[in-house]
Amino acid sequence: MIRLIHLLEGPQTLGRGRLFWAGFILVLLIAIGFPVMTDGYTVGNTVYFLDWVFMALGLCLIWGYCGALSFGQTAFFGLSGYVYGVMTVDLGSAHGLTIAALLASVVVSALFATVLGYFMFFGRISGVFLGIVTLSITLVFERFMSQTAGPEWHIGKARLNGYNGMNNMPPLTLPWFGGDLVLFPDIGLYYFVLALVVLVYLGLRMLVNSRFGNVLVAIRENPERAEMLGYDIRRYQLAAFVIGSALAGLSGTLYTSWGQYITPSSMGLAAAALPIVWVAVSGRGDLTATLVGTLIVLAGFQALTIYGSQYALVVMGFLLVVTVLVAPQGLIAGPIYTLLRRRLRRDDAL
Amino acid sequence: MTDLINLLYQCGDAFAFLVLSSLGLAVIFGMMGVINLAHGEFIMCGAYVTVSVTRLGVPLPFAILSGALVAGIVGIALERLVIRHLYGRPLDSIVATWGISLIATQGTLIVLGSSLPGIGTPFGSVPFGGYSYPIYRLVLIGAAVLLLVGLYILFNATRYGTVARATIQVPHMAEALGVDTRLVYSLTFGLGAALAGLTGGLYAPTMTIVPTMGATFLMEAFATVVIGGADVFIGTAPAAAALGVIKAVATSWEGQLAGQIALLVAVIAMIRILPNGVSGWLLQKRSS
Repeated sequence: MIRLIHLLEGPQTLGRGRLFWAGFILVLLIAIGFPVMTDGYTVGNTVYFLDWVFMALGLCLIWGYCGALSFGQTAFFGLSGYVYGVMTVDLGSAHGLTIAALLASVVVSALFATVLGYFMFFGRISGVFLGIVTLSITLVFERFMSQTAGPEWHIGKARLNGYNGMNNMPPLTLPWFGGDLVLFPDIGLYYFVLALVVLVYLGLRMLVNSRFGNVLVAIRENPERAEMLGYDIRRYQLAAFVIGSALAGLSGTLYTSWGQYITPSSMGLAAAALPIVWVAVSGRGDLTATLVGTLIVLAGFQALTIYGSQYALVVMGFLLVVTVLVAPQGLIAGPIYTLLRRRLRRDDAL
Repeated sequence: MTDLINLLYQCGDAFAFLVLSSLGLAVIFGMMGVINLAHGEFIMCGAYVTVSVTRLGVPLPFAILSGALVAGIVGIALERLVIRHLYGRPLDSIVATWGISLIATQGTLIVLGSSLPGIGTPFGSVPFGGYSYPIYRLVLIGAAVLLLVGLYILFNATRYGTVARATIQVPHMAEALGVDTRLVYSLTFGLGAALAGLTGGLYAPTMTIVPTMGATFLMEAFATVVIGGADVFIGTAPAAAALGVIKAVATSWEGQLAGQIALLVAVIAMIRILPNGVSGWLLQKRSS
C-alpha cells in the first residue's frame, strides 16, 4: 500500500512535493464545491469537458510516454459510444444495466485495440506509419458508420442511422437503495465523472512511475537500447496502446451517455485532430500538464465556437503549428521544464 | 471476355487513383522522411485552381498544369516557413502538417464557401459489351503511367535527380561537395506538392469540389505509401498495382466501401509481414 502511494511521485511526473499536493487538494476541493456555486446548466457543461479528459490522458500515455503517435483515438471513442448506444437501446437501463454497458463498451474498445495493436506493434511499425494506419482506420470506420442510414442497419432495436447518428440512449444509471439513480448531465453525473477523472489520473501517475512506466519512457527515448536491455518492447507498446485506447473508449461512452447521441462525425478527420491538439499543446510528456491543458484548451475552444465557430479550427491549426515550432514540449509543460532545469542548475552551482 | 475487360478497366482505374494520390506523398516521404499530412490539402488546392482557371476559359490541360504549379509554389513556401525547422523530428512534422491541413481546409471553407460549381468530365464515354467506359478515366490511367516514367527520368537522368539522391543518401557529403541541400529539400517538397496539385487538377472534372475533398485521397495515398515503403519506383508503383487489383475486385464485388475496407485490411496484414514495405523488403533482399 505504502509502495503504491510512493508511486504517485516519481521521475516520470513533473508535479512533486508538498506544494504540488497542496495545490492538488485545493483544486479538488474547489471542484467538489463547484456545483454548489453555480447552476445546473454550467455543471452539465463542465461534465462535457471532463468527459474528454480520459481520451487526452490515454493519448498522453501512448504518445507522450511511449512515443507512439496514434491518430486513431477517435475510432475507439466512436466504437465505444456505439456499443453503449446499441446495448442500452436494446437492453434498457434498469438494474444498473447502463453500468454494464459502460464496462462492456470499454472492454470492446480494449479488445479492438489489442487486435489492432498486435498487428501494428508486432509488425514493428515505426512511429510515422503508426499514425497513418490508425488514422486510416478511423477514416474507414467513419465512412462505414456514415452509410448505415438504411433500415437494414440495425442491431436488435437499435438503428444505427448513418450520418444522423444514434440518439435517445438512456443516460447512465447507478443502482441505488430504493430505486436507480439516474445520472442526467447534472450534479450526479458531475460527481461520478469527477471521481473517475481523479481515479484515472492518480492511477496513471502510479502506472507511469512504476517499472512499467520507466520501461515505456526507455522505449520512447531509444527503442533499440530498451530492447538490448532485454525488454520485449512490443508488449509494453501494446499494453500502453490498449490502456490508452480503453480510456478513449471510456470518453466515448461518457460522451454518448452525456449527450445521449453519437454520430460518425465524432470519429472523422476534424474530431481525430482534437485529442492531438490538446495533448500536443498542453505538453505530451506529463499527465498533469495534459489534464490541465486539455481543460483549458477545451474551454477556449468552446468560447471560440460560440463567438466565431468557423475560425475555431483555424485557430486550432495555428496553435498546433506554433506549439511544434516554438514550444515542442507543450505550452504548459514546456515552461515548467525550463523552470525546473533552472532550479536544478542553481542547485548544482551551490 | 467482357467481364475480364471490365475488371481490367476497374483495376486500371483503381491503379491510377492510387498512383496519383500517393506520388506526391511518396516523393516527400521517400526523399525527406517527412509524412505530409497536408497532402490532401495540396490536392484540394490543385483542384480549386484548376476549376477556377477553367472557368476563366483556359483549356483544361493548361488549367491542370497551373493547378500543379500553384500547389508547388505553396509547397515551397510552406517548406521555408514550417517544414524546414522540423527535419529529424518526424512525429512533430506530422503534427505540424496536420495543423496546416486544418488551417487549409477550414480557411478554404471560410474564404471560398462550401463548394465550387464543378466542370464537366471531358471526352464522353465508349460503350463496350453492355458497359460504358468514360474515356477520361483512360486518360487518367495514361497520366499515372506517364508520371511514373517522367519521375524515373527526373531522378535518374537529370542533374537535379543526381543531386537530390546524393542529398538524401549522405546529406553532409553532398553539402561538402557544394550541393545546396536546403535548396534541394525545398525543391523536393515543392515537387511533391506539385504532384499532389496535379492529381487534384486531374481529378477535378470527376468530383465535387469541396474544401474537405483532400480526405478522399488521403487514405488511399497512405495505404500505398505504407505498403510501398520509402522508394517511389520499386515501392509505390508495385504497391499501387497490387492494391489496385484488391480494391477493384472488392469494389466490384460489394461496392465502394468494401473496396476501402479491403484496402485497409490488406495494409494491416501487409505491415505484419513486410514492416518496411515492398521497397524495404526488396532492398534487404538485394543487400543480403
